[in-house]
Amino acid sequence: MSDSLSKLEKRTAYTLVLPAVLLVFAIVLFPIFANVWISFKDIELKDIRIPEPRAKKIVKSISENKSELKIIYKLRNSSLIQEIRNVQFQDKLPTNVSPINLDPRCNFQSKKVVCNFGNWQAKYRENFEIIIQSNNGEIIDKKIIKSQKPILSGKADNPLLTTNFTLENFKKVFYENNFVELLLTTFYFTFFGTVGAIIFGILAAQLVNQNIQGRTYMRGILLFPYVGPVVALAYTWTLLLDPNGGTLNALLVNFNIIEQPINLLGQKYITMSILGFEFKLRLALTTVIFFEIWRYFPLAFLFILARLQAIPQSLYEAAEVDGASPIQKFIHITLPQITAIISILFMIRFIWNFNKFEDIFLLTGGASGTRTLPINVYQQGFAVSDIGMGSAVSIVIVMLLLSFMIIYFRLIGKRANEA
Amino acid sequence: MRLKSLTIFLVISSFFLTCILSIWKIMATLQGLSFTNLNVTPIFLIGILLSLAFVLIGNKINHLIKIFSLSFIFSILYFYLNEASPYWYILGVFLITLFFTNKLKKYSIQSLKEDFISEKIIFDFITLFGIVFFAFVILFPFYIMLVTSFKTQIALLVNPLDFSLDFTKSLTELFKSYFVIFETYNFVRYILISSAVSIGTVIVTLLFAIPAAYAVARLNFFGKNFLSTSILIIYMFPAIVLVIPLYTVFSQLGLRNSIFGLLIVYTATTLPVAIYMLQGYFKSIPKEIEDAGIMDGQNWFGIILKIIIPLSLPAIASVALYVFMIAWNEFLFSLMFLDSPKSFTLSRAIQYLSGDAETPRQYLMAGSVIVTLPVLFIFIYFEKYLVSGLTAGSVKE
Repeated sequence: MSDSLSKLEKRTAYTLVLPAVLLVFAIVLFPIFANVWISFKDIELKDIRIPEPRAKKIVKSISENKSELKIIYKLRNSSLIQEIRNVQFQDKLPTNVSPINLDPRCNFQSKKVVCNFGNWQAKYRENFEIIIQSNNGEIIDKKIIKSQKPILSGKADNPLLTTNFTLENFKKVFYENNFVELLLTTFYFTFFGTVGAIIFGILAAQLVNQNIQGRTYMRGILLFPYVGPVVALAYTWTLLLDPNGGTLNALLVNFNIIEQPINLLGQKYITMSILGFEFKLRLALTTVIFFEIWRYFPLAFLFILARLQAIPQSLYEAAEVDGASPIQKFIHITLPQITAIISILFMIRFIWNFNKFEDIFLLTGGASGTRTLPINVYQQGFAVSDIGMGSAVSIVIVMLLLSFMIIYFRLIGKRANEA
Repeated sequence: MRLKSLTIFLVISSFFLTCILSIWKIMATLQGLSFTNLNVTPIFLIGILLSLAFVLIGNKINHLIKIFSLSFIFSILYFYLNEASPYWYILGVFLITLFFTNKLKKYSIQSLKEDFISEKIIFDFITLFGIVFFAFVILFPFYIMLVTSFKTQIALLVNPLDFSLDFTKSLTELFKSYFVIFETYNFVRYILISSAVSIGTVIVTLLFAIPAAYAVARLNFFGKNFLSTSILIIYMFPAIVLVIPLYTVFSQLGLRNSIFGLLIVYTATTLPVAIYMLQGYFKSIPKEIEDAGIMDGQNWFGIILKIIIPLSLPAIASVALYVFMIAWNEFLFSLMFLDSPKSFTLSRAIQYLSGDAETPRQYLMAGSVIVTLPVLFIFIYFEKYLVSGLTAGSVKE
């Protein structure tokens, strides 16, 4: 009895879970594995369509005689790397019109020109001509001939499914395109973006957690950058920071704080001198990091605030009695209570910043030293149109992510669980 | 000891006052006033005098009279130190000073003797300063976005700092950018597409997520633990690594440039979060209620429809709002999958608009306002639900 019940339960459970699991598998898990496959292939954006035979039809008069016409079919294989096998061609002619001196590959029957072109190599091109003649000497209307489109068919392998592999993509990833700088830029962006967001999150949470008026409004306002659409926010910032009449530069120049507008998003380095030491700051990268902090500190704020509100007030009262200063209270009560959430936040934000694409893409497009790994996936895959290379970069990202997760769970995960 | 805390008090409070007055001046400059000097040092010095006068007077006169007269004197001094300025600006200075002196209420010569008073002063003013700072830094870009959309190209070129709105113009003139993007750039269509995709994603996600979450929360089956841990791991995986394979497959299937293709991807990427959030809530529903349903001969469909859904409406609302927000704001997939203006979403349309260097700023900002407003309205109106959604699902964005 209970056996059949649990069987029923299982069957119900699978029915309920299966649609969601299949969808996630198809759209999220499958691509991750597909990336591995594509990354070992020499494949470009233009190759991803399955090769197909194409024909462009041109109709020409050949002589004064309007009852004769020449039709030129510009035949080609749409693919530059793939062969098409057994290409069949078919075009219809109007009544009373027939071809003369037809190519041996073709024959004419029941008003149709049918050809068997055999196999077409990659990049195959041919100008295939037929001359047609009106049977009764009437004038042939060019437009009618032109409006009839030829039908072509052929068999071709899906370029994604062929089995020729290469290591070239990975070689290119590691040895070309300044891989070390790419990696460093990604780490700077990720690390400072994460740490900055958490620090500002702690500050904001500490502020809002005090008994100030309009606390709920403040919480709402602080979340604006996080809930706003990235496109709108990034363009607003671009406008604010623009060196030509952007509000920030215009203000700074107006109040004589700087003499010349600074191109905050377009300048790779800026030389700063502090206490006589001169050093170069990655300007555009720093600006992008600040945008990142601005946009994501609200998340850290929300989490830390929730944790702060759960700290029993009695702890602070006891500390008050013991004569603790505000700083001591923060260090000895607040900080230990929020370390667990900070460590979780750190991992989440680290991973997400590591994969951040939209923000950098919209602000700088990856120029001026802001090219990170995700930007590189896009540039390789879509700007340079090298799909295989883009996939190889994706694989590098996945590998790095997996290692972060393992390191995190080994080092911090255990401690976070204990806390 | 008292001297030290007094000095800290004077410096910190005056620093705070200088900061808010500078922000006020910047905002006034953006209304077209031609200030060229922030006058930080003199304001800081008279700020110190103000705070000093405040503690020295102490309780000798009524608090209200005291703050009014001090603010009044301060504003007059400020008026003479500052560049020529209209009266509304000085009125603003007066109100800010009033607010500031009112905040000083709890400080007096006596209170400066308390334990840790220096730290407390610093904490108090850092709190005040922090609130002003955060509010300013967050709202300023939104403010610029909004006001730029009402300006014209020429006005912005003449004076990039003048964001004042000219209400003498007719409404059609004022809202010109909006009319242009609606009429010339077809934004009505994009709003409809974005709404369709976002609402569609919410519906489909809920249809898939509610049954799955119920199974994970309630039923026993092989692979359940594996499923619930993999949910967590899956949503740590980034969209950028999915893009190339999905692009190639969607190209071959003809799913690019289609709303349907976008909808599938959005649903699949938000499903793990949705399931995770919902199953947590379902677990908190007492099992006895369901047992009663089983007694009545309900099957799982009836139980979900008649018991689970009505009981977990708040959680479902959270998930729905959260998924809507993600789908509405999504940019990466719409960038990759849509190249035909016929199928653009709002975000993609704005990005497309910006690709043309000739597009005037105010059109771009009008578009940004249109894409931002719905999310902000929904957020403000349903803040409670969205915040709980964000907290639960924030592992994903």
